[in-house]
Amino acid sequence: MKSAYTWGGILVIVFASVVGDILLARAMKQVGDVHALLRRAGLWTVVRRILGNSNFFLGVTAMAVAFFSLLFALSWGDVSLVAPAAASLTFIGNAFAAKIFLHEKVDRRRWIAAVLVAAGVALLAG
Amino acid sequence: MTTRKYLVLAGVTVFGAAGDSMLSHGMKQAGNISLHHLQGVLLAVLNPWVAVGIVLLLAFFASYMNALSWADLTYVLPATSLGYVLLALVAKFALHEEVSPLRWLGIALISGGVGFVAGGPALTSHDHKPPPSREEREKDGAPTEEVVSGGVQR
Repeated sequence: MKSAYTWGGILVIVFASVVGDILLARAMKQVGDVHALLRRAGLWTVVRRILGNSNFFLGVTAMAVAFFSLLFALSWGDVSLVAPAAASLTFIGNAFAAKIFLHEKVDRRRWIAAVLVAAGVALLAG
Repeated sequence: MTTRKYLVLAGVTVFGAAGDSMLSHGMKQAGNISLHHLQGVLLAVLNPWVAVGIVLLLAFFASYMNALSWADLTYVLPATSLGYVLLALVAKFALHEEVSPLRWLGIALISGGVGFVAGGPALTSHDHKPPPSREEREKDGAPTEEVVSGGVQR
């Protein structure tokens, strides 16, 4: 029963982080290349565009949810399971979600990268 | 990819790793925080390690947002996962902690993953493709006047 709670917590963390990453990535694609924008319009315009983007705020909110669910999950479950499992599954979840929602071309090269990094993170943090 | 963009990716990696480890070090000094003693959070922020950690994580967030403005999520995440490797190396050589063979394998896998993604293009999604930056235009051989007039599209 305890492990069901722990895995439920891990799923909530992974879901919230993936939602957050996707929303933040979409927000910044809408803002546009910050380097070009800085040169063209200055810092104030960049800040105003980012703060005026609703995806940015939703993304930050989702990240906050992920952070606090991590804190809660760590208080129920084993650190050596929760932290690496959440970090590693987030990499895989992001690869799927980026392909579906951001229309990124996740080719074989990127799949291999995501799986290798996820496995490596699981080993390092475990 | 310009030097400046590589610096941004390096910033995401280093600020993230350094911020996380400082925060973790400071929170161990500050002690446990429970739901019944939320004022402990305020005290924790006064710990210098925690304070510096928060500043570094803000720098991490700014560079992360910067990177996401010109690169795919599936590029930025693996490319900056070298931070985990950095933490393990700091643990080994600066803090003289034991790094087990399994962890070395983890380091090898992450480095391999970074190598895979680094060889490919940074941006593949065309939905919100931003206008090309000046360097990119100049590399394409566009005249400089083009940059000024063509740059203002919105």
